[in-house]
Amino acid sequence: MIRVVLPTHLRKLAQVSGEVQLAVPGQATQRSVLDTLEAAYPMLRGTIRDQVTQQRRPFIRFFASEQDLSNELPDAQLPDAVARGAEPLLVVGAMAGG
Amino acid sequence: MSGVRVLVGTRKGAFVLTSDGKRGGWEVAGPHFGGWEIYHLKGSPADPNRLYAAQSTGWFGQLIQRSNDGGKTWEPVGNKFVYEGEPGTHLWYDGTPRPWEFKRVWHLEPSLTDPDTIYAGVEDAALFRSTDAGQTWEELSGLRCHETGPNWAPGAGGMCLHTIIQDPVDADRMFVAISAAGAFRTDDAGKTWRPVNRGLRSEQIPNPTAEVGHCVHRLAMHPTRPKTLFMQKHWDVMRTDDGGESWREVSGNLPSDFGFPIDVHAHEPETIYVVPIKSDSEHYPPDGKLRVYRSRTGGDEWEPLTKGLPQSDVYLNVLRDAMAVDSLDPCGIYFGTSGGQVYASADAGDRWAPIVRNLPAVLSVEVQTLK
Repeated sequence: MIRVVLPTHLRKLAQVSGEVQLAVPGQATQRSVLDTLEAAYPMLRGTIRDQVTQQRRPFIRFFASEQDLSNELPDAQLPDAVARGAEPLLVVGAMAGG
Repeated sequence: MSGVRVLVGTRKGAFVLTSDGKRGGWEVAGPHFGGWEIYHLKGSPADPNRLYAAQSTGWFGQLIQRSNDGGKTWEPVGNKFVYEGEPGTHLWYDGTPRPWEFKRVWHLEPSLTDPDTIYAGVEDAALFRSTDAGQTWEELSGLRCHETGPNWAPGAGGMCLHTIIQDPVDADRMFVAISAAGAFRTDDAGKTWRPVNRGLRSEQIPNPTAEVGHCVHRLAMHPTRPKTLFMQKHWDVMRTDDGGESWREVSGNLPSDFGFPIDVHAHEPETIYVVPIKSDSEHYPPDGKLRVYRSRTGGDEWEPLTKGLPQSDVYLNVLRDAMAVDSLDPCGIYFGTSGGQVYASADAGDRWAPIVRNLPAVLSVEVQTLK
């Protein structure tokens, strides 16, 4: 299972507490994880990535294993620790607004 | 027993304020969607328990929420707003072309007759409609694709479609207003549109009497007189009596004719309300006094309403969607401020009192009169 940690506002929106655990088919990539996440929680569509372009929203970041993965390609493989479920993928609302 | 439900959108959540028909004591519920900007929420005239809310942040984008129980519980519905076809460009502040890009929903206007039909005015300016209670949205692209569209430009707050008025007599007629393009009217249920800005004069644009380019802040209509509309423009308060074919200024003796909201008394079609603001760069009332101005003559002659409103050291703003009226007798008037107060008058503006004093900055106020 892949573990995903959502920011507070999105946890409330999806009505989940703590981590989300996802059975992601195929390779673990940003795209496959987000596809699975949005299928399980349709209310999250459009909040992490644009619904048409599928681009990450500008103030959303992806961190894992102490790395910033935000600018990785959507189909790039996530770190092995994330794929194995040893580490979570962190979806983070960027610090902005003072 | 009649009652009133006031729906308040703020920078950090939505609040629902309720009272009985006397409008003396109030219950405050919220924040709903705490931490999110609620540009607008409004109830269906056809089903007062059906509410819609526009929820957004710069981080997570736009959501639409729907309630079927008068705002006690909410569920997210569709939030996919896609311009029809190739969006093309409009003008940016510096006069260069800029691609149309969806940013947020400014205003939600439920149908007068069908709780499942709702219109959304968005930034960059366009009109969307849902006929399935907000699950899916389609653009009424005849507006954005008007031949003047490539020349529309944003006002300081963005290029937003902020006002939607349905004609209660002619179901095919609707008015919208866009900052800073102006007022538009459809007579075929949204298929085609034309600007209705004749008579407006804006010194801030190259041709002060141009067909489009006016920064219209708000329109208001009394339902018994659908050809008469009142307008608070960037500067100037205006009225039309022929459905927008021609406008004339009715600013009269206002201390400033700059402002944002304008509204009409529920039972007196010639009684209107504005909140004068000092200027376009000084977004607070003249002389540090919070005054609503009322005209009982459809404009030109105005009286200040001050009882219960602070008359010194007031430097806050009242935004365009932040004034509303109920339909009780006497008519109740409500407005919210950038300082987080919501004021109410249960006697058509003669006396005022705050319902709440310390909300986040108020973006919108709507009122439902409950039977």
